[in-house]
Amino acid sequence: MSARDDILGKLRSKLGHINAPKGDNPALKHIQEHQKNLIPKRGDLDKAQRIELFCKEATRVNATINLLTSFDEVPDQVSAYLREHQLPAKIKIAPHPVLKGLDWQQKTSLMVDEGRGAGDDGVSVSMAYGGVAETGTLVMSSGPETPTSLNFLPLDHIVVVEADDIAGNYEAVWERIRVASGPGKLPRTVNWITGPSRTADIEQTLLLGAHGPQRLHILIVDQPGA
Amino acid sequence: MQPTSPQFKQNARDAIADDPLQAALAKLAVGFPMRRLEAAARLPEFEGLRDQARDIKTHVLENLDHYLEAYEQKVTESGGHVHWCRDAAEARNTILDICRKANAKTVTKSKSMISEEIAVNAFLEENGIEPVETDLGEYIIQLRKEPPSHIIAPAIHLSKEQVAETFRNAHLDLAADRSLVEPRALLEEARAKLREKFLGADVGLTGANMLIAETGTNVLVTNEGNADLTNNLPRVHVVIASIEKIVPTLEDASTILRVLARSATGQDISVYTTFCTGPKRPEDLDGPEEYHVVLLDNGRSDMIGSEFHEMLRCIRCGACLNHCPIYKSVGGHAYGWVYSGPMGAVLIPNLIGMEEAQHLPNASTLCGKCESVCPMRIPLPKMLRKWRERQFKAEIGSPSARWALKSWAWLAKRPALYRMAMNAGVAFLGQIGGRGRFRSLPFAGGWTSKRDLTAPSGDTFISQYHKGVRGDQSGALKRKKVHG
Repeated sequence: MSARDDILGKLRSKLGHINAPKGDNPALKHIQEHQKNLIPKRGDLDKAQRIELFCKEATRVNATINLLTSFDEVPDQVSAYLREHQLPAKIKIAPHPVLKGLDWQQKTSLMVDEGRGAGDDGVSVSMAYGGVAETGTLVMSSGPETPTSLNFLPLDHIVVVEADDIAGNYEAVWERIRVASGPGKLPRTVNWITGPSRTADIEQTLLLGAHGPQRLHILIVDQPGA
Repeated sequence: MQPTSPQFKQNARDAIADDPLQAALAKLAVGFPMRRLEAAARLPEFEGLRDQARDIKTHVLENLDHYLEAYEQKVTESGGHVHWCRDAAEARNTILDICRKANAKTVTKSKSMISEEIAVNAFLEENGIEPVETDLGEYIIQLRKEPPSHIIAPAIHLSKEQVAETFRNAHLDLAADRSLVEPRALLEEARAKLREKFLGADVGLTGANMLIAETGTNVLVTNEGNADLTNNLPRVHVVIASIEKIVPTLEDASTILRVLARSATGQDISVYTTFCTGPKRPEDLDGPEEYHVVLLDNGRSDMIGSEFHEMLRCIRCGACLNHCPIYKSVGGHAYGWVYSGPMGAVLIPNLIGMEEAQHLPNASTLCGKCESVCPMRIPLPKMLRKWRERQFKAEIGSPSARWALKSWAWLAKRPALYRMAMNAGVAFLGQIGGRGRFRSLPFAGGWTSKRDLTAPSGDTFISQYHKGVRGDQSGALKRKKVHG
């Protein structure tokens, strides 16, 4: 007997499902309904308050944040960030239409490369799928325009997120992803990112930048009238 | 690994005499519980979420066969492969096969308790494949050839000096006179070393905090980001997970995530929560080309419907360790296998046998703190008692302890005689002990050789209660009058 049949057979017999009527499958019913459970009230806010809570929570976990009113400000902001941290004027951007469409050359003297992350990337700029105010969490979704490796290989990670995409809770973002991917499907990788990489494995001392980025900088773009 | 659980008593003695370990445990005993309390206080819904998290897993376990089939179908639909394995040997061989087909020389690994359980590292090494642990704590203990001493903080038993010494012995290509005094220097050395491994690995082996049936997804929770470099960079991603890791939906996973980190480290959520589904899509720029899930039973199906069924709700947060007076005294290694603390004391006998692990269910004061902090509300003390009952029935344990238990049981079944004996004993000890303590007592050397026994007050609880009842009754009458 295959291991699969063996394990499932044992479970069916122990759970009394051997003679259960066909079509009686509480699991499939539960999955199809995918009901929401208890959702903390703290994310139940209007847009302005949501952004405020997102900033407060993300800052608590060592992310830094700037609020912008237009995507056009992104190149200047990135440039300023590099100067502030005395980093080489070189970035790797996600090949996302919004980021690719920015006028990097006119506005800055940065060397801008695009594509997936590489081992020697210092600073990456990527585009978030959304955010969650409840815990100051960024939601990144993998795809040809948003490679996952950019979120992890560089020491500095700059993430652009649209204010309208910041939801109150995780469930609201799952709803959006379900609509985009189709029921029962997900992109290869969805990352929730809450602050920069950290470890406390040596004498319980908190250190940032364990394997992922040491700094996480978030640019929230809130376009008036958008 | 060969369990040292049978030597628990000696292990515990050694642990109590281990100064760096005691310093680490003292720090842990304050930090983790305090941070958990703060996180819980920030979330008014925390207790309600614990109830729901428990109910989700209870529902899954009742329908585990259905959920496993639904999960498997979704993994297959997304282009992945599920490999069912009955035991550790099957799982090890399956992983080796996948590695061989991928011509793998190096396998990066992110922390997985199941991979410790099946001892896959030693097996891969024997077969010429280099496994590299990438969680900082796991990397340190891999270099030292030690098992983890805590579920979420595997190197918690070591001082930074011990880590520095480990790195000096392992990283022989680096300057011998480099400074490794600061934890930051240690981290940077490990980061650089492991970065090479991440980029060069052929296979990435991860565990799974959960498997989501709705989408065929595995969930990975880390703070370091090592699980992400492990699953994203190599050509092949292998997930090793036991069958009870299933949750139904994305909503259910989110509910459990809300209690996991708060219970574990006191964070609202871990830095990285990652949802992997299948291999990379054709148009993706990165991600693995192959995705395999090694789905392991290893004793779980035997626990279904048994007295230890509820243990299968465990999400491995470590809260029961952090709050356990025994764990906080002896640390994780004393338990002698990959798990430890109250959850280990219940789980280990299920996995390696009651005889081997006989001391573990007895290494508990049954104070109940573990159950009170368990996010999944697992009745750990009840299950520890179940093991003790089974041991007694199977005639495991020292003859003198069994004789004492039998005598006590005989006496306890005869209430009048019991009270008489107790009254006499307590009165006698009260008289000779006064208000003090006994430094030694005949027949109680097991207790008094390590600690004093407080002298009883001279009066049993029952007799004190009888004296107090009249007062209580009059109190009740008075209250009635006021309200009436």
